[in-house]
Amino acid sequence: MRIRGYVARIWAVAKKDMRIYYLKGPVVIFGMLIPAFLYLAYAVGRNITPQQAIPGIMSMTVFFTSTSVGPVIMPWEARSRTLERLLSSPVNMSMILLGDAAASATFAVALTTAVSLVGLSLKVCTFRLAILAFNLVASALCYSFLGLAMSAYPSDVPATVMMLSSLVKFPMVFISGIFIPIEVMPTPLKMLSLLSPLTYTTELFRASVGLNVQVAPRFAALILAAYTAAVTYVTMRLHKATLSRRFQ
Amino acid sequence: MSRGFEIEFIRRAIHKVYELTARMLPVEVQWLSSDVVKAERLTKRFGELVAVDHVTFTVSKGEVFGFLGPNGAGKTTTIRMLIGILRPDGGRAEVLGLDVEKNGLEVRNRIGVVPEASNVYPDLTVWQNLMFMAELYMVPKQVRKERATNLLEKLGLERFRDVRAGRLSKGLRQRLLLCTALIHEPELLFLDEPTSGLDVQSAHEIRRMLKEMNREHGVTIFLTTHNLREAEEMCDRIGIINRGKLVTISTPTELKEKFAGLRCVEVVFEKDVSPEELSKALGCEVEKRERTLRLYVDDVNECVCKVVDYSKRSNTRITSLNVVQPSLEEAFLRVIGS
Repeated sequence: MRIRGYVARIWAVAKKDMRIYYLKGPVVIFGMLIPAFLYLAYAVGRNITPQQAIPGIMSMTVFFTSTSVGPVIMPWEARSRTLERLLSSPVNMSMILLGDAAASATFAVALTTAVSLVGLSLKVCTFRLAILAFNLVASALCYSFLGLAMSAYPSDVPATVMMLSSLVKFPMVFISGIFIPIEVMPTPLKMLSLLSPLTYTTELFRASVGLNVQVAPRFAALILAAYTAAVTYVTMRLHKATLSRRFQ
Repeated sequence: MSRGFEIEFIRRAIHKVYELTARMLPVEVQWLSSDVVKAERLTKRFGELVAVDHVTFTVSKGEVFGFLGPNGAGKTTTIRMLIGILRPDGGRAEVLGLDVEKNGLEVRNRIGVVPEASNVYPDLTVWQNLMFMAELYMVPKQVRKERATNLLEKLGLERFRDVRAGRLSKGLRQRLLLCTALIHEPELLFLDEPTSGLDVQSAHEIRRMLKEMNREHGVTIFLTTHNLREAEEMCDRIGIINRGKLVTISTPTELKEKFAGLRCVEVVFEKDVSPEELSKALGCEVEKRERTLRLYVDDVNECVCKVVDYSKRSNTRITSLNVVQPSLEEAFLRVIGS
């Protein structure tokens, strides 16, 4: 099968996901409302300048939106019994996951771009576009696959997978420099924060608005790209490994 | 060398020569002469459970092949392996001349599937469901709409075109599923209980459509069903699987003759006759169902003569006398029971 065929099928899956899942309840709640309220709860009443706030909001947005679509798709499709029909057509699990990730990443890029446009229109910050664009795309893909990795657990209950993903997502938010800057963290936490890809996303967003950073942008970009590749590979392996359990 | 071994050796040699020659032919000609489905010692285990156990069979081009078995017998797992969504633990499957494990995408691109536990996308409209599948099967854009419109018309779905699939009745959803399996005009159809849970009219409509496709377009159909009348009506050959093992493959008529075993004669006498008395007089198994006595015999003609003799001897008039044909259901139950 030619590359064009692969891409067309992946895009068809992505379009289907966009039509069906963008406005599902769990996506709206976990992807938009929770990060917005979480950040407001943190920022209101504190002395944070808009320039300092924007990178944090963007990190939260890209992270929560891209991890909100992925965990919903597989259990939803398993429950509505459409997954087997999809797998019976000329697509394989890798193509389905790439389509799902594309839909999820597009959602994250669109919403995060909207946040950055708000920042620009209010003239609270200017962006270094190359860093911003790379960070947006790499982060959106990385967290989309991370969200999909959670749904490798062969459950047909979206709430179970969302709960599982929350267990991973919330600790990541607190160790990744969104609420507490890395430089003021105690050393063990600082070490832990370096293990989280979200740290590099936040650092790159800070770099893109010209704030001080702890990790050099090039290094952060490299780490983020490596994380994206690794998470993509692991997600595909996990789903292939658990596929037969879905049909037991 | 034993005679059996010689025959097996010659058979294999002929098969090998045939396979090699068939591969040298152009693709279009190959399909005139080969089986479209080949399962060779196909095996699948789920932990300790052997779901499919060394299943071997072939399905010829243009055939309607029925795959029957009780729940959990391994029918669906076999189909999943044949279409390449489950990897077998042993054996191999070939569909349309292609190794399923190596060419899963290519195989699925040329077949149509209606899986057992499947559904259309309830959040998409009937039309969107069809267009999505047309995109996946890479149906050219120029013919996509025309083909979808024709299918909707044929299956009586045209007035539901813009209705969300989740709002359709089960029968209509099943018709839509069939439409999505046909949008790319497949050469081979795998249907896993396509009429299960449908009302009589919808089931009849789907059967009619399938028969028409098989007759007029030569589409090969691999069908699993629990409805034995449906299997008898539609299938050229039937394979029966039980506990993962393929028990038998035959035509419905052969199956009935081979496994239904005893024929049955039904007789009603004017007076009440006890089954024990009749059984003693005729020397066969007799069962009483209300006023009807069912006689299970090997030779129907001989039995009818004996019944007439008995009637004369005991001065009891016969009200009705019928020879009951063995049913596929009886044959199926005997195969599964054995």
